[in-house]
Amino acid sequence: MNNKALAAVTAVLAFPALVAAGPDDDNLVINDELDMISVTEAPAHTENLDTIYSGWHFRTDETQALQIDDFDNPAMIFVDQAADLFETVDGAAEKSCASCHDGVESFEGLQASMPKVDAESGKLVVMEDLINKCRTDRMEADALKWSGADMQGLVALIGLQSRGIPMNVAIDGAAAPFWEQGKEMYYTRYGQLELSCANCHEENWGNMIRADHLSQGMINGFPTYRLKQAKLISRHNRFRGCIRDTRAETFAEGSDEFRALELYVASRGNGLSVETPAVRQ
Amino acid sequence: MKLRLITLVCAMTGGAAFAAETGPKDVQFDDYGAIEQSLTGVAGDAANGALIVGEKSKGNCVACHELTALADIPFHGEVGPMLDGAGDRWSEAELRGLVANAKMTFEGTVMPAFYKDDGYIRPGDAYTGKAPSAPLTSILTAQEIEDVVAFLATLKEQ
Repeated sequence: MNNKALAAVTAVLAFPALVAAGPDDDNLVINDELDMISVTEAPAHTENLDTIYSGWHFRTDETQALQIDDFDNPAMIFVDQAADLFETVDGAAEKSCASCHDGVESFEGLQASMPKVDAESGKLVVMEDLINKCRTDRMEADALKWSGADMQGLVALIGLQSRGIPMNVAIDGAAAPFWEQGKEMYYTRYGQLELSCANCHEENWGNMIRADHLSQGMINGFPTYRLKQAKLISRHNRFRGCIRDTRAETFAEGSDEFRALELYVASRGNGLSVETPAVRQ
Repeated sequence: MKLRLITLVCAMTGGAAFAAETGPKDVQFDDYGAIEQSLTGVAGDAANGALIVGEKSKGNCVACHELTALADIPFHGEVGPMLDGAGDRWSEAELRGLVANAKMTFEGTVMPAFYKDDGYIRPGDAYTGKAPSAPLTSILTAQEIEDVVAFLATLKEQ
């Protein structure tokens, strides 16, 4: 190693010590009673991380506080609206979600296993797909817009029934080819800035990029209430925003590419509690 | 006839001035990723370079690098190494190579290439998320690269 390389390495190593970097060591407990797994050992297939952290640990105390009490969580308004929508009859079949599903509580555990391969079609499906299939096939109603408030409210409402349960998506068997596709995307350096998901969220988590504290990019808190957008944000909308910010032509929300990426990113967080609706910056 | 000759000479002179600028595809990196030749033949303007380094819509170098000289600009990042002393650590040719395409010096580095206009995967139309409607241009122009290099060369520890 020459002197210049040594100097560069020294600068890299020395600098993070100047700023408080990395995740904090607070404990995430919701409503003073639900202990969340927000830090745990990385699953074996997440090769380049030893420990995985919820994005909650990278946010300010003020933002963190909004998530630990449901009365303070601004996402809950949208979840309450979705609970009403769950009971609302719509479509030619004159049904609501509640006509077939015996209370939204019956979805406990589902979010922890999503996305998954639909045995009938062989396709990888995410929660939005399940909701729209029910709406179009059983209710004979219009499909909901992917990142709209109705859809993301329902995704959060159904996800909330699994809050606290560790994520555990399947990556083998029928899911394996989708998982491989998602993994390849995760490491592809897209756009004119040539940045992959891994460049920021695997190699540089804990570091500041301008005013943003880089997390590990976990999606166990999605749909997430983002303060800067003041609404529930879908997983695919966040993927889209990240890829756009690499000066790339992004993929569409609801595309098969983003379904595969969602499976892969979800799998990197296997072991973290389902957190939706989380609150982020 | 004479008039035509003069016109021709003028056109050639103009062409020669233009050709002095090295396009992104014609940059010659040495084995270590440095670029000896100025991209424009015009000395860099360090003051303008400082603006480019700090400006979000230009180089936005501070998004990833901290440097004391621009301490009045908030929120310097920590993804890349600190730039204080960059002018001691690197020669002008090395700095030019690092700013134009750091991957030629450090294979696989996270740092984007600022003087490159092809070879991308799914490049977009700036930050719109859409496919480009016109041929891509480099993120910084040749003279902007020279200006940034001139500024970085002023970053000395002493």
